[in-house]
Amino acid sequence: MTAVETSSSERVTGQRLLRREDPELLTGEAKFVDDLAQQDVLHMAIVRSPVARAKIISIDTSAARAIDGVVGVYTGRDLKDLWQQPMPCAWVVTPDMKNPAHFPLAVDSVNYMGDAVAVVLANDKVIASDAVASIEVEYEELPPVLDLEESATDKVVIHPELGTNTSYVWALEPDNAKLEAAFSSAAHVVKGRFVQQRLIPSAMEPRGLLIVPQPYGGEYTLYSSTQIPHILKIMIAVTLGISESKIRVVAPSVGGGFGSKLNVYAEELLAFTLAKKTGKPIRWMEERSENALATVHGRGQIQEIELAADSDGKVLGIRANLLADMGAYLQLLTPGVPLLGGFLYHGLYDVAAYSFKCTGLFTNKTPTDAYRGAGRPEATFAIERGMDLLAHEMGIDPAEIRRRNFIPKEKFPYSSSPGLVFDSGNYLPNLEMALEKVGYSKLREEQFQLRSQNSKKHLGIGLSCYVEMCGLAPSKVLASLNYSAGGWEAATVRLLPTGKVQVVTGTAPHGQGHETSWAMIVADRLGINPDDVEVLHSDTSISPHGLDTYGSRSLSVGGTAIFMATGKVLDKARQIAAHQLEVAPEDLEYQDGNFSVKGSSEKKMALGQVAFEAFTAHNLPDGMEPTLEATTTWDPPNFTFPFGTHIAVVEIDEDTGDVKLVKYVAVDDVGNQINPMIVEGQIEGGIAQGVGQALFEEAIYDESGNLLTSTLAEYLVPSATELPNFELGSTFTPSPSNPMGVKGVGEAGCIASPPAVINAVVDALSTFGVKHIDMPASPEKIWNAIHQD
Amino acid sequence: MFPASFEYVKANSIRDAISILSDDDDAKVLAGGHSLLPLMKLRLAAPGTLVDIGGIRELSYIEDKGDHIAIGALTRHHDIEHSGLLKESVPFLSYVASLVGDPSVRHRGTIGGSISHGDGASDLPAAVLALDGDLVVEGPSGERIIKASEFFIGFLETALGQGEILKEIRVPKITGGWSYQKFNRRAQDWAIVGVAAVSVGETKVSLVNMGSVPLRAYATEETLKNGGSIEEASEKASEGLQPPSDLNASAEYRKHLAKVLVNRALTETLAQ
Repeated sequence: MTAVETSSSERVTGQRLLRREDPELLTGEAKFVDDLAQQDVLHMAIVRSPVARAKIISIDTSAARAIDGVVGVYTGRDLKDLWQQPMPCAWVVTPDMKNPAHFPLAVDSVNYMGDAVAVVLANDKVIASDAVASIEVEYEELPPVLDLEESATDKVVIHPELGTNTSYVWALEPDNAKLEAAFSSAAHVVKGRFVQQRLIPSAMEPRGLLIVPQPYGGEYTLYSSTQIPHILKIMIAVTLGISESKIRVVAPSVGGGFGSKLNVYAEELLAFTLAKKTGKPIRWMEERSENALATVHGRGQIQEIELAADSDGKVLGIRANLLADMGAYLQLLTPGVPLLGGFLYHGLYDVAAYSFKCTGLFTNKTPTDAYRGAGRPEATFAIERGMDLLAHEMGIDPAEIRRRNFIPKEKFPYSSSPGLVFDSGNYLPNLEMALEKVGYSKLREEQFQLRSQNSKKHLGIGLSCYVEMCGLAPSKVLASLNYSAGGWEAATVRLLPTGKVQVVTGTAPHGQGHETSWAMIVADRLGINPDDVEVLHSDTSISPHGLDTYGSRSLSVGGTAIFMATGKVLDKARQIAAHQLEVAPEDLEYQDGNFSVKGSSEKKMALGQVAFEAFTAHNLPDGMEPTLEATTTWDPPNFTFPFGTHIAVVEIDEDTGDVKLVKYVAVDDVGNQINPMIVEGQIEGGIAQGVGQALFEEAIYDESGNLLTSTLAEYLVPSATELPNFELGSTFTPSPSNPMGVKGVGEAGCIASPPAVINAVVDALSTFGVKHIDMPASPEKIWNAIHQD
Repeated sequence: MFPASFEYVKANSIRDAISILSDDDDAKVLAGGHSLLPLMKLRLAAPGTLVDIGGIRELSYIEDKGDHIAIGALTRHHDIEHSGLLKESVPFLSYVASLVGDPSVRHRGTIGGSISHGDGASDLPAAVLALDGDLVVEGPSGERIIKASEFFIGFLETALGQGEILKEIRVPKITGGWSYQKFNRRAQDWAIVGVAAVSVGETKVSLVNMGSVPLRAYATEETLKNGGSIEEASEKASEGLQPPSDLNASAEYRKHLAKVLVNRALTETLAQ
């Protein structure tokens, strides 16, 4: 029996079904990559650069080789000839983009603390670790480039062969004359300069892998803690020159990714190469501090935004200019991440004139790449801070400035000035619901009272309205962005002879609850119990086609593919039932898993019975193929556009700078919801992660390029004790771009919450003349802001 | 990382542990492991031998000794937090223990381990300082008592001699007010600055994370004793101190926090 939290209705979708994944996860039974038993396995460990930028003078591996149990030690030079190509970057954003060749092991130079320089194979993981400690590398240190603005000057060029630290300049300038006109006619112009600090994604499970050469056939099975088994398979084949059909990639239980496992990593390519070389299974598990150094970071931008508005506060034009930190090299999607936000610097406001420019710059730090929201949190932060700056300058309430600028409901589908078509939206009721829920006018009164009493406790209320483009993505749109893959998703739905249903999906869940949600979609469509639906995923042998899980795409793209494949199965089943009941297909009704002849209660056939008939094939319509199975590959016609309003309330202690998040309301519109409990979980986790960026988290490097926040004692991920209970609400504006009217919810919370919290902090400090405070808004920063002149 | 390799010995009695420790100057005592093991995993500590005293049950107790409470060194933070006796007689200590780390740390970490580690950023060493407690240690040449105020010598350095183990912590029953002000960004973290104030006859004040060792705020205490106001006493909070600068706070900010928190601690203590 599937447990249902609330009383059931006829529809399966929309119910708060408990996640079928959770009993295993909560009791420790789920198998993560490090739990997979394997005999005769070699343990891999990596020697990493302790410096930010240096020439490698020499590597002495003799002591390591002498350790009993060490099987092999390899340097970049040893393996250089085995790479068919450098590590892949799949997003060449401009034709002249500069991309330094980057191999799994550094050959002559290192360019960030954590860059891999040598690899050890040993019979035991502790021996491997000891061997790593015994390897002596002589470095000739070079001055590192750590600051983005300094990088742009090219005074020191990190990769001499490129001649510059600028990887690319990407501009979206639809109509400069119009933009100039908007600014020159504006009654108000406000400008903001905001820093998006570097973040360490910090998935609960670090990365890890196990690669097993198969006993026959020349195949390799790679188990990896990855979000992208399908893409990884293709990229390994291309990079190592191995036939794709010899590679099977499996993602077992994966403990979170947040974009950091949407990549092709040096360790995956190294392990593959060494398994090929030694013929042995190889295991590697990343350590926590290693994760902070060697797994991609997120964000890392300096943003400048200018808003031009008329005397009513109506925004006429927006100019956004970014410097984006690529880190030392380009990983899989590094250059494209800031551009995913490039279409959204006007937020959900009707703005006629627009320009966006992004300069991608190298620094001697860990490469950046996708991190929950990828470009859209940055865009939302800039516009929502900008709207507050405008409201403040004009003396208008932040809620009112937003009301005056929303894209009105009647303008949808809305063609935005940067060139997107927002398929749907209804922003005003969503804002009003959030204001009502938080008790906005009462809070403003309370704030006024405290201020008039000269209280040392300062209340701040911060709004953030957001829209995102997600459901990545229409393949043709990706082509126009020079992304080198499509954005479709594949699904197969299969009725087994016993009447059970098997769903094969190309999505790769790593905490999202796809098994539960996908079963609900199929059960809902077929009128059967979700327990009768099994969902298979994350194994390229089982699901040969797939584009995996990221960008809040799995439901609106992968879920839609399942919905449509289920429809095809149902159509075929109807023909079989009609044939056997000797009526026309259109004379059949289908309800609760049974076909029945309209107007007759006796002539009926259960779906399971049809499935068995399809299997035996004894009595099928002429020309019909046996078995009941259908595949759909769905390429969405457009992105989806979830939106919402988040309101944060903070209390600041003037004496210490201490900031407490005391209340948080979120009203999100993610379209139709398959499982509202899973939706809430995604929103809550996302809010927490965004609060982390706003108040706590930052990857901090010292002036030599050492990462100072490489453990969870220094890198402050918030826990439940730092967060209030989130009060959630929903509005429902179904997306017209897919048949279920769904949009996706994976990133929304994380997109909306940083500006809500910072707007609240700045609101609290406005009586001290504070106009902005960079993230994370630590107590010391706040205290300094209060006491600045 | 994995710790460097080490020998592991399980001590069955305190005498047993002392004899191993006296013979091996590369040996370290393992109690709850919550301070030592993280250092070993980062390879910042690499003792040759770990002497595990965690199984010595007779070192875990909280007893009423009339004029004071005696606490066995292996008593876990969780037990101090929830002890009825302490809640009655030294509620200050129960409260401080409730703020150490998170629940899993409090279930493993021990008061003796925390004090012997002598970290200037830890809560319990400063709490015992403010209580002006006595520390009973046993070594190869027998038992001795060290005043808490003389126990913390330098960065992670205490008055414990070779082969000596902290056995018991003795704290007075609190007759007056008390306060513990812990300022941090996340509940699970060490204090950025902490201030403990306890009135047993006179008011004693100690500071967390304001130097390399847990510190008594003597200048503050002196000002109070001489009839100074809370404001005047708080102004002296960081007199002569050189607090650390780190990712959470500069030295200057710490000095400011110390003043604010001493003020709050004294206000709360003297109001009771």
